[in-house]
Amino acid sequence: MRTLKVMNASTGSNTIALSVRNLVVNYADVHAVADISFDAKAGSVTAVIGPNGAGKTTALEVCSGVRQATSGTVSVLGLDPQSNRLEMNSRIGVMLQDGGVYPSGRVGEVLEHYCNLFGNRERADDLLEAVDLGSKRKATWRKLSGGEKQRLSLALALAARPEVAFLDEPTSGVDIVGRDLIRGIVRNLADSGCAVILATHELDEAQRVADHVVMFQRGRLIANSSLEDLCGDNQAVTLRTSSKIDLAALAMHMNCRVDQNKTELRLYANSDANFISRLSNWFAENKFVLDDLRSGTPRLEDIYRELINVSEQSK
Amino acid sequence: MNIFRSQLRQELTVMARNGEQLLLLVGIPVLLLVFFSQIDILPTQGLTAVAFLVPGILALAVMSTAMVSLGIATGFERSYGVLKRLGTTPLGTRRLVLAKVVATCIVESAQLALLVVVGIALGWRPVDTNWLAATAAVVLGTTCFAGIGLTLAGRLRAEVNLAAQNGLYLVLLLLGGIIVPNDELPKVVRSLAEWLPSNALSELLRSAFNGYEIVVRSIVVLLVWSVATCALATIYFKWSD
Repeated sequence: MRTLKVMNASTGSNTIALSVRNLVVNYADVHAVADISFDAKAGSVTAVIGPNGAGKTTALEVCSGVRQATSGTVSVLGLDPQSNRLEMNSRIGVMLQDGGVYPSGRVGEVLEHYCNLFGNRERADDLLEAVDLGSKRKATWRKLSGGEKQRLSLALALAARPEVAFLDEPTSGVDIVGRDLIRGIVRNLADSGCAVILATHELDEAQRVADHVVMFQRGRLIANSSLEDLCGDNQAVTLRTSSKIDLAALAMHMNCRVDQNKTELRLYANSDANFISRLSNWFAENKFVLDDLRSGTPRLEDIYRELINVSEQSK
Repeated sequence: MNIFRSQLRQELTVMARNGEQLLLLVGIPVLLLVFFSQIDILPTQGLTAVAFLVPGILALAVMSTAMVSLGIATGFERSYGVLKRLGTTPLGTRRLVLAKVVATCIVESAQLALLVVVGIALGWRPVDTNWLAATAAVVLGTTCFAGIGLTLAGRLRAEVNLAAQNGLYLVLLLLGGIIVPNDELPKVVRSLAEWLPSNALSELLRSAFNGYEIVVRSIVVLLVWSVATCALATIYFKWSD
């Protein structure tokens, strides 16, 4: 498979490509996005995660200029998505959730049109090959499978050879092979200096591709940090028990921080064999039940649950 | 290919692919023209059937392309998210609208040419034609019907829009003096119909092709409709659902 050409060399990594400040979007009396601020850097993948209806799509639509904010500012490559729209559009690639292709449009034709719109920086043939749709050139959009639609939609965003790419749920409805392909493309994009902003509710997906994570919950941010800081070095042991545990005693005995999330306990410590053995001994001595135990890097999903709990409790 | 030409090609391709549109754009006008010019049952105000019919059918053709065809296609583009997605490209509103205008004019020209040929084949011979008035009427009519079509397309759900455009087409056809002369309508309906754009356009074309004096009121009616509907379309058009 072809790797797409390296884009605009002037966009160095670590440059802030997207900056969102105090963004508020209201629909009638619903606060879809309530005072959100975050940045996305060139050369990295920023995953915007959160459950359905958390405000991810709305925020992405404002950033890509198709929706107006109620208040707050957005700057994409130093440009305002409303007042500098066309100039911004020529430098960004957008993949919307609903595809946005006429059902009778043919794959090759639609892609060629998008290449034309962006001044033919990419060749439609190369893009078709990159998303593995070379054999579907003559097929109409309505005849494509869900996964094929997603891949074509991604290719349309790539036609811009973007400096900033907004991808809304790019892997939803895509099979495993397609997911690997899309992840590869997303990684390549970022490696070539593009700031990729990817919205997804699939946390596993986010953990695989993201460098930075922005977590939404009911229109608010509950986390904004690098994936590494969020769960990387943060070694932990997670266990499940039906016994009533004295958290303070356990923390003191194991000499680490202990959090509880319903029936799950998490101990933040370097989870080597010695630690595990001391832990299981303590359980045995106290005749506590140990239903499940796992160690290593916590899953984004676990961290997400925890953060949601914290944010709900703080209300 | 440059941006504008690429978009124009897309517009024409989408139109050509919608086979059902062919019925509306060519089938219905030709059928009405042939049928009613051969079977002489219409009161035709002292004109031959074909001399009465051709101008009206040309008005109908303008309405079908500029209002129904453009309106339905744009409504579906909106609901499929095509317009929203194009909004993220360097295309821009001005080029998009211009591409739609040019595509509509191309289709309309072909359609009018075909109908004129069919008319002549059926024995139509225009008398003392006022070409300036005829051209102005077609341009004004196109603007006005495009304004109506896009006002509906910019607000209604695609399926509702489809039904509304077709329903309106039928009403404007029946009350537009296109097949049935206005004089034959009940008095109350007639006074209402006089203010309809289809009626103004067919009346203008009929005058232009039969050497009658141009009725200023018809021009004013079309102008007012054009300004009003284009303003409404601009204000109320929503690019996505």
